[in-house]
Amino acid sequence: MRLSSVAGRLRSVAPLARRLIDSAVSGVDDWMTGKLGEEFNERLARVPLNLTATGVDEFGLDPQWTKWALASVAFLHRKYFRTEIFGKEHVPAGRILLISNHSGQVPIDAALIGASLFMDVEPPRFTRAMVEKWTQTLPFVSLLFARVGQVVGVPENAKRLLENDEALLVFPEGARGISKSFDKRYQLVDFGLGFMRLALETGTPIVPVAVIGGEEQYISVGNFESLAKLLRMPNMPILPQLLLPFGALPLPTRYRIYFGEPMRFEGDPDDDDAIIEEKVFAVKATIQSMINRGLKARKSVFF
Amino acid sequence: MSNAPRSQSKHPPASGRPPGSVPPASMPRAPALPRGEGTILVTGACGRLGKHVVRVHHRERRVIGVDRRPFPDKPKDVVHEQLDIRRKKLKDLFRAEPIEAVVHLGVMHDPRASQAEHHSWNVAGFQKLLEYVAQFQVPKLVVLSSANVYGPQPDNAQFLNEDAPLLGGARFSEIRDLIEVDMLAQGFFWKHPSTETVILRPVHIVGAVHNAASNFMRLPTIPTLLGFDPMVQVIHESDVVRAIGRALVPGRRGIYNVAGAEPLPLSHIVKILGKPSIPIPYTFGKALLKRLWAFRLTTFPAPELDHIRYVCMVDDARAREELGYVPAMPIEETVRSVELESW
Repeated sequence: MRLSSVAGRLRSVAPLARRLIDSAVSGVDDWMTGKLGEEFNERLARVPLNLTATGVDEFGLDPQWTKWALASVAFLHRKYFRTEIFGKEHVPAGRILLISNHSGQVPIDAALIGASLFMDVEPPRFTRAMVEKWTQTLPFVSLLFARVGQVVGVPENAKRLLENDEALLVFPEGARGISKSFDKRYQLVDFGLGFMRLALETGTPIVPVAVIGGEEQYISVGNFESLAKLLRMPNMPILPQLLLPFGALPLPTRYRIYFGEPMRFEGDPDDDDAIIEEKVFAVKATIQSMINRGLKARKSVFF
Repeated sequence: MSNAPRSQSKHPPASGRPPGSVPPASMPRAPALPRGEGTILVTGACGRLGKHVVRVHHRERRVIGVDRRPFPDKPKDVVHEQLDIRRKKLKDLFRAEPIEAVVHLGVMHDPRASQAEHHSWNVAGFQKLLEYVAQFQVPKLVVLSSANVYGPQPDNAQFLNEDAPLLGGARFSEIRDLIEVDMLAQGFFWKHPSTETVILRPVHIVGAVHNAASNFMRLPTIPTLLGFDPMVQVIHESDVVRAIGRALVPGRRGIYNVAGAEPLPLSHIVKILGKPSIPIPYTFGKALLKRLWAFRLTTFPAPELDHIRYVCMVDDARAREELGYVPAMPIEETVRSVELESW
């Protein structure tokens, strides 16, 4: 049988391939350590993790993958977007819900918040975020998301993560927030209520986060709804800059991330929407005012 | 236990039978035993899991195995009734002696058997069994369902609890009668509160068993889906048997997910087995598998690909708390057990 001979050849090649990959991995590791400095590895060692016997956590986070992802985001964070962090002392240890505005067509804001939680905040930690369900049907994307600690956006997962004392990043604006067109920039759209019920149920402090700089990275002039529906994607922004050379890259705006003081809420997680909404509104107002102050303080989009 | 006196009445006056037609008691009738020591009736006793269950319990209590297959190397003190559970003869077993517990493992999984045969065996047979359990007021019923009834879905929570909807049939119709069995058992749970019904939903059982998961892991080269590497849970057959043992303890009732050692990515299973794997794009793999299936070159139906694409994991906290079940087999040994010579 041809099939079995192919399988046999694969088996003989497999150990060699594995050795090659292993040596490549350690080579890249050394190079990374050289670029990022020892501090990166030292911080990595201090990240609190709940790993199982085979070296991943129960949601599939692999520290090795996460390290590489963070290393590449570190470049964006420090060099490309030259991110400035404000109020990092406000982020407490233990379980937290990071509630942020969402912007920028592609979730670079999530990556940068994740990078600052690892590189700037004490103690360093891996940020967990919730991703759209449809991303799970995409090859490689679903794999990458799982390995770097992103979980499917269902309430059970969020609850479990918080009970494991993780830092959970939530964008209550959802997909509507990230695809804002340019004229609506920095205006928060409606917040979902789920995060507040979750915070009440698990007794988690909410850290409001304002991200500035994301709205200018891709200038969206509208939403191509019919195409989005055809591709079963939540939205399809129209980005004229894609026509320019290197237009697929986001513009190198300067990101500014503001962490606000933790907000603690009490009450029944199963209260009426009206009661929950009041609390959600308090968070939304805080974030909007943080954004407004940040915009006022900003002298230039790019510097 | 309030149920104890009931199990002592050996002959519920069943439908005006003449006393002479009692089956000849070749074995001495079991004396009335306290709860937890009476006779167990195991359906599907000649499957690998069934044999395992029989072997664990036959030293402590009387065990009757029911299966239409032969039981060549059965322990001497086990009674094996080679019969089809759809036959009337099954009723005689209940009539002959008080049965304290029924463990239902006799579910047909053979993907090649016809739909009609599957349905008649799994659903009609189980209904018969439930009828007798109710009529003869058996105090305990343990049904082995499966975590596959939840089905792998892209929007599954990482760990499903027992209240999650049973959506396994949405993409994979062959599993519908397993769901039906689970539902029948749930209905029975509510309709007959005098019987303690326990439904166990274990994750992929591996070991010497011949099921899809173990057979998949026994392939010389393991196919995976390009760009997908879901977290999976596997449980060693001995841990399933342990869970069944915990479920047999008087007083336990309810639905329990049963998971083995920690979850792990599919790629780690491949790594532990030390086998090569071929990543195949999903669309191509699905078309190929359909073709192979049509030509009877594979035992894996195409919809089962979802199991190596999406997560279908369960939260077994309830089994740990209420049944006191703890998996004993470490994950590496669990995975490697598929390679061991089966007995």
